[in-house]
Amino acid sequence: MNELEHTSYERTEGASHRPISNARLAVLVLLGAEIMFFAGLIGTFLVFRLGSVTWPPPSQADVRLPIGITGLNTIVLLLSGYTVFQGLRAIRQDRQRELRNWLFATGLLGIIFLVVQGSEWVRLVHHGFTLSSGVYGSVFYVLIGCHALHVLVAVLWLLAVFAKTVAGRFSGNHYVGVEVCAIYWAFVVVLWPLLYVLVYLI
Amino acid sequence: MNDHAHESHDHHHEESFVSKYIFSLDHKMIGKQFLIFGLIMFMVGGGLAMLFRWQLAWPDKPLPIIGVSKAYQEEGEVTTAADRKWEERFDDDKETWLETNMPSGVIDPAFFNSLFTMHATIMVFFVVVPLLVGAFGNFLIPLMIGTRDMAFPVLNMLSFWSNILGTIIMMAGFFVPSGHAAAGWTGYAPLSSVPELSGVDWGQNLWCISLIVMGISSLMGSINYITTIINMRAPGMTWFRLPLAIWALFIVAILLLLAFPVVASALALILFDRMAGTSFFAAAGGGEPLLWQHLFWFFAHPEVYILILPGMGMASEMLPVFARKPIFGYKSMVFAMIAIAFLSWIVWGHHMFQSGMNPALGLSFMTTTMLIAVPSAIKTFNWLGTLHRASIRFTVPMLNVLAFISMFVIGGLSGIFMANAPVDIYIHDTYFIVAHIHYVVFGGSVFAIFGGIFYWFPKMYGRHMNATLGKIHFWISFLAFNGVFFPMHILGVGGHMRRIANPMQYEFLQQMQPISAQPINVFITVCAFILGVAQFLLLINVFWSIFRGKVAEQNPWQATTLEWHAPTPVPHGNFDAIPHVYHGPYEYSVPDAEADWIPQTQPNGESEHGEGEPVPAGATAD
Repeated sequence: MNELEHTSYERTEGASHRPISNARLAVLVLLGAEIMFFAGLIGTFLVFRLGSVTWPPPSQADVRLPIGITGLNTIVLLLSGYTVFQGLRAIRQDRQRELRNWLFATGLLGIIFLVVQGSEWVRLVHHGFTLSSGVYGSVFYVLIGCHALHVLVAVLWLLAVFAKTVAGRFSGNHYVGVEVCAIYWAFVVVLWPLLYVLVYLI
Repeated sequence: MNDHAHESHDHHHEESFVSKYIFSLDHKMIGKQFLIFGLIMFMVGGGLAMLFRWQLAWPDKPLPIIGVSKAYQEEGEVTTAADRKWEERFDDDKETWLETNMPSGVIDPAFFNSLFTMHATIMVFFVVVPLLVGAFGNFLIPLMIGTRDMAFPVLNMLSFWSNILGTIIMMAGFFVPSGHAAAGWTGYAPLSSVPELSGVDWGQNLWCISLIVMGISSLMGSINYITTIINMRAPGMTWFRLPLAIWALFIVAILLLLAFPVVASALALILFDRMAGTSFFAAAGGGEPLLWQHLFWFFAHPEVYILILPGMGMASEMLPVFARKPIFGYKSMVFAMIAIAFLSWIVWGHHMFQSGMNPALGLSFMTTTMLIAVPSAIKTFNWLGTLHRASIRFTVPMLNVLAFISMFVIGGLSGIFMANAPVDIYIHDTYFIVAHIHYVVFGGSVFAIFGGIFYWFPKMYGRHMNATLGKIHFWISFLAFNGVFFPMHILGVGGHMRRIANPMQYEFLQQMQPISAQPINVFITVCAFILGVAQFLLLINVFWSIFRGKVAEQNPWQATTLEWHAPTPVPHGNFDAIPHVYHGPYEYSVPDAEADWIPQTQPNGESEHGEGEPVPAGATAD
């Protein structure tokens, strides 16, 4: 009985015996909510996109979104998805120094993405294309802005993980903090090409 | 990230007042915080209803006590203390809150709009969800699945306090210039998205912000519930040994998780429209007012089931205990709840039959809506099957559960009327829908909450509530509830629209056959006042029993589930040792057993069940 009690305690409360740890499960559950949040916004975009004969609408016909530079920026963000998973692979094999380098690269790519996005926004605003430029401006800034906000959160999260990495808090046995951040980062990266195609290309 | 090991070995460590009662990390204390919070907000939301019920029964008459007298209203003659007070208020230069919202004690039509808006908002988001999901969810989940706490105690604490933050923001709306949100709890655009249309400025903004905060609060709760239920069940607690209340809360957590972000995005769009000059819902800028209705109801129809499913689960918990019988058809109960939850995603259009929808689309929404009657009927007949030939113990929780079942049936049946697009054309936006929603949410969820409070109170506070007072509260509430909401069906069929400050301005309502709407409204209001006053009996019972109630034993109701296995009062860490589960949750009246019930923790499996139906998971035990 004592033996049983001990194993049962392990089974309920020892994280290593669960098929998926609480933290990983929680971040996946969180992504479910995030997906629904963006589903609401993308749904909004599609209602307007599919409901209008010409896009951009006639009143905003002269607006040209920066397709080329944002395309390059898309590659930057996709690259950061590659680097963050290289980092995860490194720490799984207990290569802490490598993790630090990969995370540094990831953070840098994320910041480059945000800076390019921001400067393009500034340019668009200077051309008179703002939030209140009819429904075209509204959906563009809110949808792309919400994604940028998520990238910003992901970058801040990554910086926190990076600081812990520098302090040597992660190892081959203990890297769940890196993993949950990487999962979130992956979400932000994977979401972007979809938004790029929807908002910029079609 | 979560580490309970230190807690489980130290049940008696000292805590400061703040860490024990205010920023507590213990799921039981957070559950109790939600309970007290919900009960207080229940009285606030009910108080708003009392105000607009007065206006509906006696339109434009001053309120009693705080309003002016008849003599003052007609001839300006000061006869009462209230008259004098109002005279002073009118004389000084300041425009006080009372003068704006109820001059002379008469409810201003604009304030009336805020009242019904906030009554619904508070009851849905600040009473029923915090009570069912916050209070019972927090208290019951770790206890019933046999673990020491939630997966993320800090997140749990933050969930409660962001809920408080949302409440403060929402309550602040009453005191901003131009009043609180007045676009109905559904906040239809463009009424809600263009400040000029409703005349409400910051009230509506705060309404949106508060609901987003509440959404974040329930997001944190959902993450916790889902993770805890998936990962932290006691050994032997297989999915089909889970009590139905836990199944219900699990399904509801998923609904909340997926539904609230959608309305959060829509609320953000409303805020952008109001404050940043976007034009999502304004037709002038190419926006689409109907979009709000789609986004809102895509959230709010699952929300309706968020309000009722935990009640169903809790009723399924109490019913077998007091019928001393296994729940009829355990697995079909689970699959019925899953079916209801799934269907709730594809029926939102039935709220919009009158909004201008393609008739073919309306037909498909009508069909999916009708389909919900199937799982709902499965649940109802299973409850009746549980009661069939049972030796029922008519305790206070049982009375409330029986009320839940019968009122839910009435509410469910009236729902079928509205699900019919052609019938809905006639009764849309009338008191018929008000009757329907209250039969489901008050008659259903709130009676389940009453029952749940009585049932789990001994485990929460280690004391019993007073049963006599409980029965008085139940019978007054039950009769007054029907007195309030049943006549609303008649008003609705008579064409009485909802959300109008003075129904008597319409001749057809004055001359409604066979009797005018006016005396019906008076009757409803009198019953509503009785219903409102009766709730003080519940409050008195709760607060008196916390300190003075009869001390409860460990398992006063002879129930099988794990929370009754924990000592009373439940210590920090819940169980002396994590229990091992051997049985399904509803093993009552077991043939050849010593008692008429087998707790889930009883190790020997010798009492096999011949008629296997209610033995949910015993056969597949590992």
